[in-house]
Amino acid sequence: MAQTISQKILAKHCGKKEVSPGELINCRVDVVLGNDITAPPAIKEFEKIGVSKVFDKKKIFLVPDHFTPAKDIKSAEQVKMMRHFAKKYGIVNFFEIGCMGVEHALLPEIGAIKPGELIIGADSHTCTYGALGAFSTGVGSTDMAAAMATGKVWFKVPEQLKFILRGKIGPWVEGKDLILYTIGQIGVDGARYMSMEFTGPAIKALSVEGRLTMANMAIEAGGKNGIFEIDAKTMAYLKPRLKSRLNLTANSFAGLASDEDAEYKEIFDWDVSKVEPQVSFPHLPSNAKPVSKCGHIKIDQSVIGSCTNGRMEDLRVAAKVLKGKKRHQDVRLIIIPATQAVYQQAMKEGLIDIFMKAEAAVSTPTCGPCLGGHMGILAEGERSIATTNRNFVGRMGHPKSEVYLSNVAVAAASAVAGYIVSPENL
Amino acid sequence: MKGHVWKFGNNIDTDLIIPARYLNTSDPEELAKYAMMDADSEWVDKMKKGDFIVAGDNFGCGSSREHAPIALKATGLSAVIAKSFARIFYRNAINIGFPILESAEAAEEIKEGDEVEVDLTAGIIHDQTTGKSYKAQPFPEFMQKIIDAGGLIPYLKKKTR
Repeated sequence: MAQTISQKILAKHCGKKEVSPGELINCRVDVVLGNDITAPPAIKEFEKIGVSKVFDKKKIFLVPDHFTPAKDIKSAEQVKMMRHFAKKYGIVNFFEIGCMGVEHALLPEIGAIKPGELIIGADSHTCTYGALGAFSTGVGSTDMAAAMATGKVWFKVPEQLKFILRGKIGPWVEGKDLILYTIGQIGVDGARYMSMEFTGPAIKALSVEGRLTMANMAIEAGGKNGIFEIDAKTMAYLKPRLKSRLNLTANSFAGLASDEDAEYKEIFDWDVSKVEPQVSFPHLPSNAKPVSKCGHIKIDQSVIGSCTNGRMEDLRVAAKVLKGKKRHQDVRLIIIPATQAVYQQAMKEGLIDIFMKAEAAVSTPTCGPCLGGHMGILAEGERSIATTNRNFVGRMGHPKSEVYLSNVAVAAASAVAGYIVSPENL
Repeated sequence: MKGHVWKFGNNIDTDLIIPARYLNTSDPEELAKYAMMDADSEWVDKMKKGDFIVAGDNFGCGSSREHAPIALKATGLSAVIAKSFARIFYRNAINIGFPILESAEAAEEIKEGDEVEVDLTAGIIHDQTTGKSYKAQPFPEFMQKIIDAGGLIPYLKKKTR
């Protein structure tokens, strides 16, 4: 039977030649990830299982990124529990603040992710790594606990959706806009339980960082995973990062692609050349509109960062828009480089200087405001534009506050204008 | 299990079930105080042990936080009946032994305040107010084993023993 790339990875990890949608399988995992919110309950469950060691000290990644640097005493206790757990079981990959980054920006950056791997993380945005041709999905804390003990996890093989994106994307259009557009088309449960495979000329033209942004938000359409084929760009991204792990050649991942006659539940074939920068209105990521149709929406805050849009390329776009400009006097501009390496590189390139001159508050990596944790919480009735991934009720603070999701260029331009606007009209 | 019904709509996300601002702990009793807070801030005070939530499509979408089913379970809620569940919430509920039932018909027809009785083993939802019964989607055998064991951890312990 012809197989998709997702099916091939799942089959390989459960020791079968092929798998079919709906089949229940038990797979070995290559990476298990948890953060300071999800790891503590996983640790408690792990201790109940009664095993004396973890399945593999090198394959567990503990990244305290959500409420860190610890925002209060309880958060500090959560991280303390992770730190102790890592020491007790000799887990190598615990990332203390100072080397910590937002988990889904950090793992690809340090070469922790390889095409063809099967990755689970107790964080819904674990689907990000599909951009590198891995099968990667979010699970809960109990699944994380079981995987830390056994190295295995159960799955239902998902049905497959294919998105073929064609055409040359317009100015100021980013990967973020393609995924917001996709979610707008199919809805927040349009890919529920399913695999979202992205392909086509517009995807091939997109950078790896743009693909990471897209895969990151597969969950916002209910997807189990988002996945991209491996090409020269993927290889160029991986090469410097994986050098310690293997000798990459053009054939390293041969065969790791969907068969031409693989079966899909549905195939979407879109020309995205006319797609404008998108803005998702409260309170669902699927409420996407072209920026030109937004009307005059005043904002109180603009947040640039997160696992969706806090990478180097994102900061370069922000600097391009903000250079020589200042935030609107009624807008707070918060820029959070997603990792230490991104922060440092941005500093070297002079981007931080541009941000400071624009009166942005620039901070150490944290998920902070994205989930209403800290570092930029909204008061009642306030509005933020954000490059983050969710605009649910109360997501960034008060239940009566609002979040509008956009790409980096629009978030930066809006901070300057004081209302939601495309950089073209700044 | 028997109790009254609280109705919620489509796409009830995990931020509504338990807002992130309360996630600096994973203590079930503490989390239970804030269950459904941003959907209905008085719900926790109004609901009684044994009650049910009946909701629309995609219940539990969003974050992977297991704190969501943990909080609901700790309020004493019997189960969530929905048209459909988001996949991570679905996994998490099964893994922690919190009952969930999928029935589009029940989710549509059962009204707020109805008295409902559920037979979990048979998957039967009986609306005592209207007298109508519904059959929930059965679980695959493997998942049923996890449910019967009381969750994934007790299931694993039993298997490794």
